Amino acid sequence: MTKATNSTSKAGADTSSGSLRFYGVWLIGIVALIVLPMIFSSGGSLTSFSLIGIAIVFALSYNILLGQTGLLSFGHAVHYGLGGFAACHMMNAVVSHGWPIPLPFIPLFGGLGGLVFAVIIGWVMTKRAGTVFAMISLGIGELVASSSLILRSVFGGESGITTDRTALPKMFGWSFGPQLQVYYLIAFWLVLSAIAMYALTRTPLGRICNAVRDNPERVQFIGYDPHVVRYLAFCFAGFFAGVAGGLAAINFEIANSAYLGAIQSGFVLFSTFIGGTAYFFGPILGAILVTYLQLGLANLTSAWQLYFGIIFIGIVMFSPGGIAGLVMMHRPLVRAGTLWTVIPSYLVAVVPTLALACGVILSIETVARYSGGEPIDLFGIGFKPTSPVTWVAAVVLVIGGAFVARLSWRRIAEAWDRAATVARDRGYLA
Amino acid sequence: MSEAVTGMTAAIEVRAVEKRFGNVGIIRDLNLTVVKGERHAIIGPNGAGKSTTFNLISGHIKPTSGEVKLNGDVISGLRPFEINRRGLSRSFQVTNVFARMTVWENVRCAVLWATGQRYAFWKNVDSLPEVRERTAQILDDIHLTHRRDVPAGLLTYAEQRELEIGITIASGATVVMLDEPTAGMSHAETDRAVALIRRLTEGKTLVIVEHDMSVVFGLADRISVLVYGHIIASGTPEEIRRDPKVKEAYLGEEAH
Repeated sequence: MTKATNSTSKAGADTSSGSLRFYGVWLIGIVALIVLPMIFSSGGSLTSFSLIGIAIVFALSYNILLGQTGLLSFGHAVHYGLGGFAACHMMNAVVSHGWPIPLPFIPLFGGLGGLVFAVIIGWVMTKRAGTVFAMISLGIGELVASSSLILRSVFGGESGITTDRTALPKMFGWSFGPQLQVYYLIAFWLVLSAIAMYALTRTPLGRICNAVRDNPERVQFIGYDPHVVRYLAFCFAGFFAGVAGGLAAINFEIANSAYLGAIQSGFVLFSTFIGGTAYFFGPILGAILVTYLQLGLANLTSAWQLYFGIIFIGIVMFSPGGIAGLVMMHRPLVRAGTLWTVIPSYLVAVVPTLALACGVILSIETVARYSGGEPIDLFGIGFKPTSPVTWVAAVVLVIGGAFVARLSWRRIAEAWDRAATVARDRGYLA
Repeated sequence: MSEAVTGMTAAIEVRAVEKRFGNVGIIRDLNLTVVKGERHAIIGPNGAGKSTTFNLISGHIKPTSGEVKLNGDVISGLRPFEINRRGLSRSFQVTNVFARMTVWENVRCAVLWATGQRYAFWKNVDSLPEVRERTAQILDDIHLTHRRDVPAGLLTYAEQRELEIGITIASGATVVMLDEPTAGMSHAETDRAVALIRRLTEGKTLVIVEHDMSVVFGLADRISVLVYGHIIASGTPEEIRRDPKVKEAYLGEEAH
């Protein structure tokens, strides 16, 4: 989907070829969004694309906090959920009062819902960063999620608030009944939001957010109040999370307490972190991957959340920069022309690493399915969870795979050091 | 010099300032006057409270009692960014830059408030001519133009110290306070840094904490000697050199 160039280090390097490439990337993203449903037109893929689009807006809004301002929130779904409820109430109000507001404008009201709450609660929350902010966000998240079950008139209790998107006034003759029309509505708001959030990183406020992330103490001595900076970032993040929630409300025609809860907050943190917080396009990659995995894995295995956990821990431990960090790590090597020296070591590592992964999957599935006894289908090979053969295979794959994989990873590291040194000597730092 | 020390020409006036942490008085009855346009060095043995004095003046910590004035206005009790907006800027003893941002962006951030950008989220930061020109000028001044796209965290130590000075002067503050700007530098690097400081603070008021006595006596118009949170002497380098109290308390030790 849409990608953008590095948000932090492309300051004044606006050569004409650079800006051409920059607009080219955005254009490719927009074109991809338009043609995707023409290539994959099944109902299932349209639903997936719609969910991914919503997840991208949500993850990008989260990265305004985490990646750009250095605020770790455990309650970002509050704004998403309130945006969803605001959108549902607005849609129902439009229908019952007969206001001339067509559906494509509804996400704006979702955004306002997220924004209003951020404006009210944000000033207290952003007084401090770090652990204090993280803890308050967790508390507010729980508070709002549990209130949503108690305050029935606003949140509709357990069942939530339902709505009918097709009852709103038509626009261009679109009823927004078919999923394809909803997809294009989401894609439109995705592009709009992504451009706006990217533009935000290029404003004086956006840059001072980065400065607050790096060193809030020093910011005070260049004339800025870090509290105000954090507050404004929080409000922007709340607005765009609300837009995402509004899109979700349109997509599902319902808003309920699950929108606001800790699982949803954890999901956006996962997506953003796995994608990588240091680059604007990181959360986009993360949202695509995590949503896709969520949809795909849930069909394959009952232990899909365990795999999420393993992926998350793996990223935190071995690649704190996320997928985007891994990708961008290669940029100096590509520029210096030394990438080809590390490729062979990658290829050598593929086999033992895959063996290790298969061993882990086999172990997990054996444990998960032992009592039920359903067979395991691992890339076309059948295993019985109750059979000792399976257990031995799992152990051999895990231990043997780990042993050989470690050796091959060490070779990667060595090849990397050599290639990176050459790149640095040639003057390519990033 | 004492005839120049009147309310009208003082850039910084510290009057009877006291700072206690619990029962421990770090700063006691501190009186200090820095005249507009002078280069004023604060020296003293380790633990005398030099950095605390800096923190008290720049608003990093609040005095327990007493008052600090900047250009005649009371600033004690104000937040650091409020004091900064009134034209006082400081550097830090431990390098304190924006590590993940490039050299260019470090300096540009320091230029933003002074050029009136405030918290603007409707302007493209790359297309503000005044910001760009001032940033380029500062980078040129601190000789880091060739390193403009390098993340500050990847600079050499001496370069980071120069960037630190660049960020400090970028706002165009009229009162500049530098906390041990040459600490940890080699002789050649120190000479470069002193020349840089001399050039960049031309026409401004400079307050400097420094351990290197050749730097202090070469650069300062006046020197204050701080011992145990109290100024024991203030005067020209000559006066300080001859002062018996200073000899006893500080220079005589030959500890530095």
